[in-house]
Amino acid sequence: MTAALLTLADSRLPAGGHTHSGGVEQAIAAGMLTDPASLAPFLRRRLTTSGAVAAGLAAAACRAVDDTDVVAALSALDAEADARTPSPALRDAARQQGRGLVRVGGRAWPHPAWAALPAQPHHPLALGVAAAAGGLTPRDAAAAAAYLSVSGPATAAQRLLAMDPITVAAVTARLSPEVDAVAAASTVGLPAAADPLLDLLAEVHTVRTDRFFAS
Amino acid sequence: MPPDHDLDDYVDPYSPGHRHGGPLRVGLGGPVGSGKTALAAALCRTLSSEYDLAVVTNDIYTTEDADFLRRNAVLPDDRIEAVQTGCCPHTAIRDDITANLDAVELLESRHPGLELVLVESGGDNLTASFSYGLVDVQVFVVDVAGGDKVPRKGGPGVTASDLLVVNKTDLAPLVGADLGVMRRDADAVRGGKPTLLISLRVDPAATEVAEWVREQVRARALQEA
Repeated sequence: MTAALLTLADSRLPAGGHTHSGGVEQAIAAGMLTDPASLAPFLRRRLTTSGAVAAGLAAAACRAVDDTDVVAALSALDAEADARTPSPALRDAARQQGRGLVRVGGRAWPHPAWAALPAQPHHPLALGVAAAAGGLTPRDAAAAAAYLSVSGPATAAQRLLAMDPITVAAVTARLSPEVDAVAAASTVGLPAAADPLLDLLAEVHTVRTDRFFAS
Repeated sequence: MPPDHDLDDYVDPYSPGHRHGGPLRVGLGGPVGSGKTALAAALCRTLSSEYDLAVVTNDIYTTEDADFLRRNAVLPDDRIEAVQTGCCPHTAIRDDITANLDAVELLESRHPGLELVLVESGGDNLTASFSYGLVDVQVFVVDVAGGDKVPRKGGPGVTASDLLVVNKTDLAPLVGADLGVMRRDADAVRGGKPTLLISLRVDPAATEVAEWVREQVRARALQEA
């Protein structure tokens, strides 16, 4: 079971995550993120807002696979995800990543629930279905979502600022207890933590033509 | 409980020719400045009247190459898609091809009769190559001005590409490059696969490369017949 979770959270899983910075590219452009000292609070902020929301949705989607009407359950969660994502740019980014995960997840862990997902679902929904299909629990799905909410942006910051990769790895690793706490807390109910700053960064970023990342 | 499955069931009997029934996907890779975008534009000009075709670009900045193609390739906007590569052009064409697959599928859905898709990589280095999960065949473009040692240095692009193009032959006398050496070194490492020495400045239609692409389209049609 652990191996499936490691695979799901591995940044090398070819689901398209490497083209998304989670707001980091625009935070750097805005001068808010400049070094490891400013990376840590950015990641923590992301973890406790969009990370918590993603973790809650992923856990719920994992549970929804056992629902009597899986299609309706997942469709309702997709609407919940939209409601928690006011930025159109972030909705697009989430659906783009969801589509990527469906493509690889459906092949890696065949399961009828993949067909029950809406077309281009929000990423956490695909994560929840992947977890269920891989024999994992809702708590595992939440853990993967929470971890990915910091690991992707951390890598993006490392690339864009040419940071020391060992420092970035250390920053990410030291957030582990907080990642676990967010995952555990998000497994009950559906968190709705908003972060207007991340929404704003995404909206400013999406209209730029000189960007390396999709979001 | 892990799903009950036999690993072998999920290893596709993969072969590029049987990937799907869609258009032929041709990868155009190679170092920065070797002429990938110019070649893509030339192929569009020469082949767009023969095939229903589209292009995916992977420039470091999203729209640079796409804009060049719009200006130079007589290709409508809705046939050009640009993808972001997260600072890693190489990853986007080999290790995680998601963004490029999305772009190809978008073009396919927009143009159901699509016959040919050119996927142009961002400028990279000699180790860059396309995953055959993304393209059916790949062209690696180097140029004479990059030094006549490039074919000898090898790397997956030079040795394993389906077609090696050595561009800017018109510059050979100016940079002291020996085209004979480049031809010989390329032949020595390519195991019989073709190499074309061309100059897009002298032949803006990329006549020989276009003919090679036509052969690939015909070969694929035969495979699928």
